[in-house]
Amino acid sequence: MMLYHALFEPFVEFGFMRRALVACMALGLGSGLVGVLLMLRRMSLVGDAMSHAVLPGAAIGFLVAGLSLPAMGLGGLIAGLAVALLSGLVSRFTAQREDASFASFYLTSLAAGVLIVSLRGSNIDLLHVLFGTILAIDDAALYLVGSIASITLLLLALIYRPLVLECFDPGFLRAVGGKGSLYHILFLLLVVLNLVAGFQALGTLMAVGLMMLPATVARFWARSLPGLMLVAILVAMLSGFIGLIVSYHLGVASGPSIVLTASTLYIFSLIFSPQGVVRRLFPKPHLSR
Amino acid sequence: MSACISLDDLTVAYERHPAVHHVSGCFEAGSLTAIVGPNGAGKSTLVKAIVGMLRPVKGHVDRKALPAAAIGYLPQAAEVDRTFPLTVLDTVAMGAWTRIGALGGMSRKQLQQAHEALVAVGLEGFGHRLIGSLSAGQFQRVLFARLLLQDASVIILDEPFNAIDARTTRDLLDLVRRWHGEGRTVIAVLHDLEQVRQHFPSTLLLARETIAWGDTRSVLTQENLRRARNMAEDWDDQSEVCEERRRA
Repeated sequence: MMLYHALFEPFVEFGFMRRALVACMALGLGSGLVGVLLMLRRMSLVGDAMSHAVLPGAAIGFLVAGLSLPAMGLGGLIAGLAVALLSGLVSRFTAQREDASFASFYLTSLAAGVLIVSLRGSNIDLLHVLFGTILAIDDAALYLVGSIASITLLLLALIYRPLVLECFDPGFLRAVGGKGSLYHILFLLLVVLNLVAGFQALGTLMAVGLMMLPATVARFWARSLPGLMLVAILVAMLSGFIGLIVSYHLGVASGPSIVLTASTLYIFSLIFSPQGVVRRLFPKPHLSR
Repeated sequence: MSACISLDDLTVAYERHPAVHHVSGCFEAGSLTAIVGPNGAGKSTLVKAIVGMLRPVKGHVDRKALPAAAIGYLPQAAEVDRTFPLTVLDTVAMGAWTRIGALGGMSRKQLQQAHEALVAVGLEGFGHRLIGSLSAGQFQRVLFARLLLQDASVIILDEPFNAIDARTTRDLLDLVRRWHGEGRTVIAVLHDLEQVRQHFPSTLLLARETIAWGDTRSVLTQENLRRARNMAEDWDDQSEVCEERRRA
């Protein structure tokens, strides 16, 4: 009964908790997958930069339509894609490295975004944009998050093979006539889409949390690519579930609870996983007489 | 089954600085050619242009209408992410890309061929291992198995034996000779001149431009090698940018 009370009652009792849970599950499905690929492409920081880049677009959406997810999502999508493409172009045509140009672009975006929100909104609005409001998710937002998860699954299934090949051995793909940069751009599109989905729940600053943390955790437990993806999805979903429960019972903000749950799983893995600290310090004894 | 690849006044830039100048000549159909030269001679750049990965600044590569599928390319080890969580079999199966593309499934026969390729490189039973667990030599064997599955009529190898153990080098050289025997055109960037003298009938000696190209014995003379060394040492890395920007 205790367990029921602790784990399930909040979702049975309250519609907003159910909606939040469904949103977290959908989010975990898309972000977990995208996160693993981001990590393998050594683009973890790029994901972080992109999540900030979403902000000014979302802010313009906010300016036009108030706190409406479709408007802010669309704005965020456009801004995120623009920054991704621009920094790609800058690094291609100048001597700047891609991560450096990403950093410049996202700092600009973050400042511009905060400025735009402050033009009209209060500090509360700014907090919503920066840190998300998963407990206030409405039907439209839920459909958006669900659609993005579905699109992510479908598109990844379609471009899985060339994407993996482009990441593992780009020279080979180009030599056999594959369009490497096309898949790269499609993948960036997926990253931005999932950040837009995540930003309702976790805000622009932490949307990347459900992408990178589960992927990093997965690296401790799984070795093959399908294994990594499965673990990342499960970790992302579990973080959503536990985070919501913790935030409900302790009365703390839901976005940070979710991300901190993922962080806790990360620290646990860091210490106790087969490749973790404990195993390093106390290796299994070698076969001896 | 193969065709000649000819280069006509080929100039290719790397990072917008021209790395190879005015190379003209022809890789005969069915020939086995080594490309040698000092570090920074532009060997890899030239090879990338032949494969079609870099667009020439000037001149052109005539592949005689060979489709991309007819060219098997082995990139330098550093350009492949060996830590990527892929299985050996999946890696070999990429060789079927030109037949199955992004969406097609592997037929039973193609899977069988992938297994046979693994046997041919001495990695039978390694199919489900992750490539991250292999040694450098074993990994190179996997990439050669991928080339076997590709079944290309032109095979281009960029430093295939760099940092590879002697036994693997010997086994893989056997494969190269087998390809040559089957009438495929093979081009390999190499460092070990002794190896080239023993196994490669033709040689292109490169130092930003052609020093000599032809029969290996007549190319690898003391005089030619000295010229190649001097050429490389005198080279100005900051040479002016040759007209066009690098390929996007």
